[in-house]
Amino acid sequence: MSTTARFNRPARLLHWTMAVMILAMLLIGVAMVTSVAHYHALVALHRPLGLGILVLALLRLANRWRHPPPELPSDLPAWQRRAAHASHLLLYGLMLGLPLVGWAMLSAAGYPIGLGGAVVLPPILPRDPSLYAWLRSLHTLLAYALFGVILVHLGAALMHGLIRRDGVFSSMASRPIPYRSR
Amino acid sequence: MSLLNDLIGASPDLRPRAVLLRLGAIGALVTGTAGAFAYAGGWLSPGMLTQARIVDRFEAVNGSHPGFRRNHAKGLCLAGRFESSGRGARVSRASLFAPDRATPITGRIALAGGQPYAADAATTVRSLALRFQLPDGEEWRTGNNDIPVFPVRTPEAFYEQLLAAKPDPATGKPDPEALKAFFAAHPESAKAAAQIKARAITSGFADDTFRSLNAFRFVTADGTRTPVRWAFIPEQTATAQSPAQAAATDKNYLFDAFADTVRQTPVRWHLVVTLGDAGDPTADATRPWPAERPSLDVGTVIIAETQAEADGNCRDVNFDPLVLPAGIMASDDPLLSARSAAYSVSFTRRAGEPKGPSAVHDTPVSGAGL
Repeated sequence: MSTTARFNRPARLLHWTMAVMILAMLLIGVAMVTSVAHYHALVALHRPLGLGILVLALLRLANRWRHPPPELPSDLPAWQRRAAHASHLLLYGLMLGLPLVGWAMLSAAGYPIGLGGAVVLPPILPRDPSLYAWLRSLHTLLAYALFGVILVHLGAALMHGLIRRDGVFSSMASRPIPYRSR
Repeated sequence: MSLLNDLIGASPDLRPRAVLLRLGAIGALVTGTAGAFAYAGGWLSPGMLTQARIVDRFEAVNGSHPGFRRNHAKGLCLAGRFESSGRGARVSRASLFAPDRATPITGRIALAGGQPYAADAATTVRSLALRFQLPDGEEWRTGNNDIPVFPVRTPEAFYEQLLAAKPDPATGKPDPEALKAFFAAHPESAKAAAQIKARAITSGFADDTFRSLNAFRFVTADGTRTPVRWAFIPEQTATAQSPAQAAATDKNYLFDAFADTVRQTPVRWHLVVTLGDAGDPTADATRPWPAERPSLDVGTVIIAETQAEADGNCRDVNFDPLVLPAGIMASDDPLLSARSAAYSVSFTRRAGEPKGPSAVHDTPVSGAGL
């Protein structure tokens, strides 16, 4: 049994906090665009939560830059290594991109972007209905993409944790999990 | 070490049976997560009323009119200001109600219905939508109608009523049997329809009264909430439609008359807020509040300009009734969230469509002048 390098504490804290926030956000988002009765309440949650995710994603990127993540196990097949790299690029791109597209889209629609109380975000794009329509579709498309990548991420993480038992899962777990070294 | 372990890179100390069990658990967890997403998105509840279905029904009833609002399709843009009387500050902390405050407004008068080229008619429900631009990016958007109560209590009833009231292409009138069945199922709507039918119809937009119909809550700085409904009450004395108007051949006679009036002198409405009691129905827009409820004249809307719908003006604004400043809140009326949701779908659809010209032009051909 052994333990290898792990993500640092801020990285783990950010990962699990954001995991909950992003999963909630995706469920809120997909319910919000169909619901009649709960539309307003869900929109009121969606906007501040989205801004929160954007801010935390930036913090996380900064932390990752200063504290690079642990290496993947050396016996991991090359295609899995490439897939892991690509999926993490996608995850970061979408964590930052979705809130920004949301903000841009509401700006182009000319909506005041209220976050609760009298707090209103400034627009980041000029009002333009056709740009809004395009960004609105993009927001949905990116949200589906993020959910898809998260499913793959979840599946892969569990494969590492339960099947391969190679220390990749425990590097992000809240406390070290002993695993069999190979 | 088995072939299975080799294939999927499983830890060598796991027996094949354990590998299969664990693979099953992983599959179940991933599938369950996908299922939760599908459930939240309504894919597992095919019969559910969705915001898209409400707008689809408008399109089914009115036909396809790309670029136009799915309801209140025919309209004219307004600009002016709101001058606060200061009396509203007692019940709401929204800055537009502060004493001596003038807030710029834009807006839109319109006719209910999803036909952008329908001819003006006296009995068509008229609306007044306003957008108050407060400091620091806050806005208040409000859509108001010239009827005493709203015809339905719930979004579901609204959806049913749209179909029941759909004009039969053969007769041009709704199927009486369908309407009868709808009213039998919704007695509150039958009562509301009688009050709507009995309303006094004025000569035009400028002498008409427009009501919020839905209840809201005003909130003071110390958090005190008051249930409210409001009305825009014209300064101009209301008169009945004249025989000349009834015989008008101008398909836009109501809009053109309003634009003419504004060219001569600004049109003014008083924003009169009715303060509800704790027991007054806030979740039922078909029921009026008792007439003796106190009201406050919180200020005057002054419309000084009209403009045909065009790029960048009221045409491109979603008058979502839940765009509210701090100091005004939604009530528990289920129609409010439904309106906000359906307006959003209508706005998104038309935003992406090519735009046709509005039926209402800037230079009306009126009288013998042209």
